[in-house]
Amino acid sequence: MQVRAENISKRYAGMAALDDVSLTVGSGELVALLGPSGSGKTTLLRTIAGLELPDSGTVFYNDRDTSEMRIQDRGVGFVFQHYALFKHMKVMDNIAFGLRARKKNKPKEAEIRRRVMELLDLVQLSGLEGRFPSQLSGGQRQRVALARALAIEPSVLLLDEPFGALDARVRKDLRRWLRDIHERTGHTTLFVTHDQEEALELADRVVVMSKGRIEQSATPDEIYDTPATPFVFSFIGESSVIPVAVGNGRATLDERVIDLDVGTLPDGPAQLYLRPEDVAMVTDGGPGIPGLVVSTRRIGGMRRVTIECGLARHRIEFDAPAEIPIANSQRLQVRVIGGRVYGAGSEGYETEKLAASATSDFKWAKAEGWLDR
Amino acid sequence: MTAAAPDRARKTSWRRQSVLPGFNLTLGYTLAYLSLIVLIPLAALAIRSASLGWTEFWAIATDPRIVASLQLSFGAAILAALVNTVFGVIVAWVLVRYRFPGRRWLDAAVDLPFALPTAVAGIALATLYAPNGPFGAFLEGVFGVKVGFTSLGVVVALIFVGLPFVVRTVQPVLEEIDRETEEVSATLGAGRLRTVTRVIMPGLLPAILTGFALSFARGVGEYGSVIFIANNLPFQSEIAPLLIVIKLEEHNYAGATAIATIMLVISFAMLFVINLLQAWSRKWFGHD
Repeated sequence: MQVRAENISKRYAGMAALDDVSLTVGSGELVALLGPSGSGKTTLLRTIAGLELPDSGTVFYNDRDTSEMRIQDRGVGFVFQHYALFKHMKVMDNIAFGLRARKKNKPKEAEIRRRVMELLDLVQLSGLEGRFPSQLSGGQRQRVALARALAIEPSVLLLDEPFGALDARVRKDLRRWLRDIHERTGHTTLFVTHDQEEALELADRVVVMSKGRIEQSATPDEIYDTPATPFVFSFIGESSVIPVAVGNGRATLDERVIDLDVGTLPDGPAQLYLRPEDVAMVTDGGPGIPGLVVSTRRIGGMRRVTIECGLARHRIEFDAPAEIPIANSQRLQVRVIGGRVYGAGSEGYETEKLAASATSDFKWAKAEGWLDR
Repeated sequence: MTAAAPDRARKTSWRRQSVLPGFNLTLGYTLAYLSLIVLIPLAALAIRSASLGWTEFWAIATDPRIVASLQLSFGAAILAALVNTVFGVIVAWVLVRYRFPGRRWLDAAVDLPFALPTAVAGIALATLYAPNGPFGAFLEGVFGVKVGFTSLGVVVALIFVGLPFVVRTVQPVLEEIDRETEEVSATLGAGRLRTVTRVIMPGLLPAILTGFALSFARGVGEYGSVIFIANNLPFQSEIAPLLIVIKLEEHNYAGATAIATIMLVISFAMLFVINLLQAWSRKWFGHD
């Protein structure tokens, strides 16, 4: 089933949680909603589920306007971050809940049991149907929650930070496993995450959100390789930002030309966004930007080097092969071999800004209902 | 040293070793306090009534007037506790779930029956429910039911004094209930009624039972408010605590303690059963 949200707006206490957002999830697609906390991703998911009513805008399920549909009739499989299992019910009864709640076409008890056993098999929890949720680990609980959502044969599966409460290892396993299940069952699936790695690894398409708006909606490759906005660039992966000047169709740093396409940017100040792999050390004596090494640290097979360059001593991080010895205070030359130039006035995702806006974050968290949980 | 080791092991075999000290001190304090405040007075009561001798005790226990008063006391207390359980849960629900002007005032008002001298409550209720009072006249005129100065009046008084117990035990548990489980229930197709009965109520059951037990216990012991609203006629609206007072006024101390002992035994048995029910519901619904 195709899910289409059109021009959704939602305000909490005067703040726009969703600002004219439109999103389409194709039938059978697996889409990630990615963004920092307070970006409105959970609100959008809950609005699509029918757990929140939008101030304006409409959600369509296969061209059917859902605004008059009761949540019970929508056929939404919803999975919460903290599982929301029925604590007083055994695993069996948790999963069977949706089938037993049916008024029309309620299967016979034997049929329900058979279906539950099938689902337990699918989520690899066979033999645990007699346990209470408190007797299960976090990963097992989330799998029960998913089986419970799948039991009603949902037309769309919505997951709100499904792996957020689990430790890193379990999270990785479940991620792969969710991908498997999606391939086997083919449900239209939309999940919310603030973990970029999770979004890029799992989803067919990633929708990056910030401040109640969609910044970019594209495949994981496109999101990483051609970020539409500085926000997307800086939110995904690691990045350094240095101010440059654009003039005559070229970008320059302290009069030194940087070999990058600046597109149709107008002349004037601009920002150069670089990933660690967009900068290479000059080893052949060719031209480059001189810099002073401030720190180095070892990351896997590479050495992450931070240098200061230019008159204003802007910091750039890049990766150098580990076998090349680099010491602090060493002078070296680097060459820009990638990266993107964005015009002035566009805003990136800056971690320093987060601290400054801690209070507004708090308000956002409140608006998104995080604190009430 | 070597002799002390097995000794130590034996000493700790029935309790878990803890790095945080305090078990001996707190258990000692608990026992001393409970003995002083509860156990010794109750034991004195039992001993005093034992001085009667079995036949005399049995004669009191089967005295029709006393049996009738015990029936009224326990029957009215159970009825009042049942009513309080239903409406107390609703009050707690409204206070927890909805935000409306005056909610804090309403919340505070729930405690009034705790704070008010029960005689004041009794007089107020008697004024309202007396045959010539506003409520009493209405009920008698429209439904032909007499409340004031009857056994029904006893129930009304016990409902009044017992309400806060249910509200205050259910309220915090209701506050802890996860909204998400209700939302999940709705997405799975369950209507509101099914969500309330299958998802919310099982979690509330232990708290509801506690509230019922407290409200019931309060009702059994209530004296002040009841004697004003009931006309205290033997076999009709005479409660057991009043009978105890009457016996005391007749200087029949043994008789008074005998009734008290019977009440004590019945109350203890009922509270014990409620506790068992609670333990059972916890186990059945997988709490802990």
